Amino acid sequence: MIREPLIFEISEEGKKAFTFPKPDVPDNDGIEQNVRLRKEIHGFPKVAEIEVVRHFTRLSKTNYCVDEGIYPLGSCTMKYNPKINEVVAGLAEFRNSHPLSPVSTVQGNLEALFTTEQLLAEITGMDAVSLQPSAGAQGEMVGIMLVKACLEDRGEKRTTVLIPDSAHGTNPSSAHLCGFKVREIKSNQFGTVDIDSLTEAMSEDVAALMVTNPNTLGIFEWDIKKIADIVHSKGGFVYMDGANMNALVGRCRPGDMGVDVIHLNLHKTFSTPHGGGGPGAGPVGVSRTLEPYLPVPLIRKVDGAFRLDEDRPKSIGRVRGFYGNFLVILKALAYILTHGPKGLREIADIAVLNSNYIRKSLEGLYHLKYASPSMHECVFSDALQKKHGISNLDIAKRLIDYDVHPPTMSFPLIVPGALMIEPTETESRRDLDFFIEAMTAIAREAEENPNLLKQAPHHTYVRRLDETAAARQPILKWTNGDRT
Amino acid sequence: MYPDSFSYSKDHEWVHVEGDIGTIGITDFAQKQLGDVVYVELPEVGTKLEYHQSFGVIESVKAVSDVYAPVSGEVTAVNEELNDAPELLNESPHDKGWIIKIKVKSGAELEKLMPVNEYEKYLEGLED
Amino acid sequence: MSYISLSDKDKKEMLARIGIKSLDDLYSCIPADLKLDRDLEVPQALTETELFRYFDTVAKKNTADSYRCFLGAGAYRHTIPAIVDYLSMRGEFISPYTPYQPELSQGTLQIIFEFQTLIAQLTEMDIANASLYDGASGAAEAVLMANRLTRKSKVLVAASVHPQYRGVIEAYVKNLELEIIEIGYDDSGRVNESELQSRLDEKTAAFVFQSPNFFGVIEDGEALSRRAHETNALSVFLIAEAVSMGILASPGSQGADIVTGEAQSFGMPLSFGGPYLGFMACAEQYLRQFPGRIAGETKDVDGKRGFVLTLSTREQHIRRERATSNICTNQAWCAVRAAIFMETLGAEGMREMARQNMQKARYALDRLTDISGVEARFSGPVFNEFVLQLERPLSEIQSVLEGHRIIGGLALDTWMPGFKNCLLVNVTEIHTRDDIDALAAALRTAAR
Repeated sequence: MIREPLIFEISEEGKKAFTFPKPDVPDNDGIEQNVRLRKEIHGFPKVAEIEVVRHFTRLSKTNYCVDEGIYPLGSCTMKYNPKINEVVAGLAEFRNSHPLSPVSTVQGNLEALFTTEQLLAEITGMDAVSLQPSAGAQGEMVGIMLVKACLEDRGEKRTTVLIPDSAHGTNPSSAHLCGFKVREIKSNQFGTVDIDSLTEAMSEDVAALMVTNPNTLGIFEWDIKKIADIVHSKGGFVYMDGANMNALVGRCRPGDMGVDVIHLNLHKTFSTPHGGGGPGAGPVGVSRTLEPYLPVPLIRKVDGAFRLDEDRPKSIGRVRGFYGNFLVILKALAYILTHGPKGLREIADIAVLNSNYIRKSLEGLYHLKYASPSMHECVFSDALQKKHGISNLDIAKRLIDYDVHPPTMSFPLIVPGALMIEPTETESRRDLDFFIEAMTAIAREAEENPNLLKQAPHHTYVRRLDETAAARQPILKWTNGDRT
Repeated sequence: MYPDSFSYSKDHEWVHVEGDIGTIGITDFAQKQLGDVVYVELPEVGTKLEYHQSFGVIESVKAVSDVYAPVSGEVTAVNEELNDAPELLNESPHDKGWIIKIKVKSGAELEKLMPVNEYEKYLEGLED
Repeated sequence: MSYISLSDKDKKEMLARIGIKSLDDLYSCIPADLKLDRDLEVPQALTETELFRYFDTVAKKNTADSYRCFLGAGAYRHTIPAIVDYLSMRGEFISPYTPYQPELSQGTLQIIFEFQTLIAQLTEMDIANASLYDGASGAAEAVLMANRLTRKSKVLVAASVHPQYRGVIEAYVKNLELEIIEIGYDDSGRVNESELQSRLDEKTAAFVFQSPNFFGVIEDGEALSRRAHETNALSVFLIAEAVSMGILASPGSQGADIVTGEAQSFGMPLSFGGPYLGFMACAEQYLRQFPGRIAGETKDVDGKRGFVLTLSTREQHIRRERATSNICTNQAWCAVRAAIFMETLGAEGMREMARQNMQKARYALDRLTDISGVEARFSGPVFNEFVLQLERPLSEIQSVLEGHRIIGGLALDTWMPGFKNCLLVNVTEIHTRDDIDALAAALRTAAR
């Protein structure tokens, strides 16, 4: 494979890839006086159009993606991204509309946003939804900000947020950003929230419990109602991280479980493409109690016309510019409308079926720390391979040799050497079986030829990279060999 | 492996006292657990440390750990070399990879730490 | 319509392997009283054809596209070279996850590394990150970063910073013990330096200003940075219109410590406000407190160059509640678009684009202020946006403009009460002389 250079390394004087038309206003009107101007942009590339095209095309070929094969990253819900959704979100009237256009000229946009709010409220069983947060982590932060605002409104100063030890790292980080102390709640032997620990930790100083359901082990929090009762009995709120909503759509609703506030990841459950790490969208759904505090603006329908409501005195204000990642929201709306009521339930059903199929097929070959039933994902570990000196990282890297993307390894922290597998509902039997066969072969290789795993991957564009050197002596930009 | 003249904490810090100055670092066991150290966050000279107070952070590629003061006292020196060569913590944890020196407040606290034979036994217990 | 790819036979066989009879059995772990015993009340499923028809109908309810539009205020219409859409729409860029497995993500990682380099070159700062959600949340992240760096809790923010950026800063700091103080502007539309000087003290973490500012006026960044540095405060330089960096002196050359802003202009369509592209850059010494993802260069076991996400111990998935930010994703796909955009325009194109914005805005400002009843609100130099003060009530003027199918700009008093009958007008390289002359003609009728 051709080693693709950095664009800066092929830059040469005299090349260009784009030409602007000559300005049609008088040239002598000139440039502002009393302004410091720059003479040039040092280092900026000068290349021809075909060079840019080949550069990005060649680079693209070194990326693995959902369009290419199974991508079973646990908790990330790497499902198929329907192409029609790109088409409808790309319609010129959406794409070219300025966010500050007079509302009478953007009724279509507002209708689409309003409809999405309504549909997400129905799917989650919550009373109101804000589409503003840019991503899941920002949705979490907004959720906790709402709780804080409501408590302050009641004149309560609570300082603590409870978070199970299985939670994703953004949970404690988001709570901290809202000024809360974080207290960890232990999981029990079933991998769910330990009721005794929760009862003991719950006090009138606790603002909220942040719970993920199904949790990051892929296990449904069976006691969720009891959990909510315990938290509510001391005046706290239940925040649900909706990262794993894909397991529940059409089967049950957080609003019916006693959840007060939830965030969703449209880029997970509702199939909007991950884009190599964003843009996503992290809408927040709330109960009536928290509605007054939602970020501005909200969309209202008055006498058949849509308008933006900025006049909300109790609102936490604004967490980003304008109204959210509009084009992302449109793709999620398209996904919901494509599926309808039966189709939405089927999403969850098949996601759970596929995950249990993998679990059943790999049980015995890989260690399963928690025996509780799995929902949309199952979490194995490297415990059986450890005795051959093989870690989850080695297993992951070897999977790459089989042209399969590895599962999630960085969490949950309560499963050392985790292999968190989430196939999603869109995988075909052929691809599921392909993954299972690869994992089966690797389990055998780990016993017979561990070195094969330790040196994997063998055939990739680059092989294992020195992350220690990258962190010790960071090189964060191209400097033409001059690194000082 | 572990120097006789050091005292050890359960969090795997060591302290070596000469006069009223204690040199503090992390043990070979601790550096192995952390993996390749990429960055060490050091306290300022003059910082007053209580017993078991966190005085710095050690980062490896995929983990961060606090380091705790095994005895209380005032920081008199920090190992500036770690800024440029954090790998010293891996390569020479008991010598060149020392982290801080402190003026030890009371000798009594040293009594709470483990002598080398006890620490080695403690490690055996952990490895089971 | 459905995207499920299992056959009936597959389902049957898979259920058999699991050892259950029906899909319902998969949910035996959910208590009966929590199960939904009805269908969701959502519209019946649409086929692809029907879905397109639905969205096409909704889209056509937008009429904004048929106007000549001079709205800016943080969202700008610019040229997007054809190859930006063409290349960025590749499945290899749209459909992967965050590049946690570098061996399978060198494309995304190298492009992010190039993006970081381009932003560093443009801002003339030491380092840049892989991007943030948008300019407004970037401003808030910069304030939090300044607070961590200085351990001081007072932050001065220019009143000429975009109101939404100020709003987001306020929302972010509300729950932390930080004090925000606003610094006014003078008749030129620039920061009131004497007010700034009187408010700065050793307890100040940072002074946050934007240039070109919300009124389109170009600040003297060097003077403002110098003032901030006099009391050991950081200079936080915001940029809502990234195109301006093609011609204006860079933030780095003007003493900025942290630079952040919005790069929507680099290849992102207006999109009714999102997704956009926040960027951030800073001096190298602040690296450990820098938020967001960062890509770095390294070598693989064969000694070949490769790229990885690095310094991740700053981030939430490792440091949890002590992370520099709770950000998990960046806006990678938008950063890919911006990289294609910047590399296509190149050094000359970036400069030419910026020059034309400035030139056309100057032409428009001169033409429009020739009209009686229309004045420039501020005297300071502008980039591609300016504030007009109108004699007649703005609502009447707007309805006349509407008759000419023109959206003349943003009525400033919707956001800033002191600006009665003021219009914030944006002109970019997209606007033709004909557009500007049409606005002038309509305004001449309306202002009378």
